[in-house]
Amino acid sequence: MSGKKIIIIGGGPAGLEAASHLARQNYQVTILEKESETGGHIKNDMTLFPDFADAQEVRKGLSDRANHPNIELKTGICINELVQEGNQWRIKSDNNEAITGDAVLLATGFEPFDARRKEELGYGIYNNIITSVDFETKLKEGKILTTEGNIPQRIAFLNCVGSRDEKTGNNYCSRVCCVNGVKLAISFKELYPAAEAYFFYIDMRMNGQQYEELYRTSQEKYGVTYIRGRISEAAATFDHKIQLKSEDTLAGLPLKLTVDMLVLLVGIESSKSTRLLAGQNNIRGNYGFAESLGVNRNDYQTTKEGLFLAGTCKRPLSFQETIADAGAAAIQIMDYLEKVK
Amino acid sequence: MKDWGYKISIPRIIDLDRSDTSLYKQLVSKVPSAMKCIMCGACSATCTASNHTTFSFRHCHILFKRGQYSRLSDELDKCMLCGKCNLVCTQGVNTRAVISTMRLILSDMNNRNIAL
Repeated sequence: MSGKKIIIIGGGPAGLEAASHLARQNYQVTILEKESETGGHIKNDMTLFPDFADAQEVRKGLSDRANHPNIELKTGICINELVQEGNQWRIKSDNNEAITGDAVLLATGFEPFDARRKEELGYGIYNNIITSVDFETKLKEGKILTTEGNIPQRIAFLNCVGSRDEKTGNNYCSRVCCVNGVKLAISFKELYPAAEAYFFYIDMRMNGQQYEELYRTSQEKYGVTYIRGRISEAAATFDHKIQLKSEDTLAGLPLKLTVDMLVLLVGIESSKSTRLLAGQNNIRGNYGFAESLGVNRNDYQTTKEGLFLAGTCKRPLSFQETIADAGAAAIQIMDYLEKVK
Repeated sequence: MKDWGYKISIPRIIDLDRSDTSLYKQLVSKVPSAMKCIMCGACSATCTASNHTTFSFRHCHILFKRGQYSRLSDELDKCMLCGKCNLVCTQGVNTRAVISTMRLILSDMNNRNIAL
């Protein structure tokens, strides 16, 4: 037993994965999770792209591995202070509980973009305009129905909601929405083969293994129709449908389409905890994400000795990238703790 | 002159070896936000003029950028400068200023009898 203690803030995929590696190397780990259950955003997922792996099975695997005598899990705990005191790190929760450790791993994850901020897309104003997060919840419940209780005969997905959007302050690409949207469109067509699915995009960024193939499958096997153009407005019609306005930029013509449901593929934003705790330690970078020493220098260490980063608190990452990132962060922490003795 | 029944057809390709794209530099020096355009088409989608005419902000913008000025003046005249495109643009491109500046640059060239 090394006796060294690591505090991991966040019990999502990154936090759980890093914890299980550290615990197996005989470090004492405390995971602090604000929700009542671990798993982060995949709690809400039905499947994971690109292989349609059962998200809940994956989540169970993660939490099983993190079920280790060296890991202490505290749920329902919200951290509002993270400070360095000499070689030690001290954390204060909102009910004034103080926890100390030799190193801290920030695994505070992301938050989905609040689609209400794009008023012209009608989320929160009209019925049957939902986000990708809402859609996934419905998928998990086994059916996608309109507010009126009908199967949508025609559905549209819109990419880049809150990403690549200077006006919302998010100039970056959230990276996962393209392929996640393709996954959702396929899931929809699996459920309702007779229904029509449209997908509005600016660019399709199929930048991972099997992504491009999935995109093609969605067209060849499932008949999803892709239209290159951003939807500029969505509004309800008198018969409870949604009318969309876009340009088909390939045809060079304005386009109008009426659908039963519109799904906004919302982007990834920095979480409130990331912004707060990174801010307190002067490692708050662009868009409120936490900043490492540099993607090419050391993507896990920060300018503060003993404070490490893993996962989507740094930038948008896919699930598989997060897992790889957490493993690498765990190694960096072990190196650091060996060195400080 | 005998009419042989043949005519010379003008190539319709974008010939970047011959196109003068320097006007675009003038445009972005006056309206830097033009460079932020990602050609998503939201502007054309919401455009009042595009419903009934061939006007498309995105199309005019890319033609100007590629140095394709013939017929562009006529196209630009179709814009009513209502500014709806300004509202929907996610990149904060000052679309009205882009249109006005393109018009000014082209009419200036025209006034100075510079062939485009």
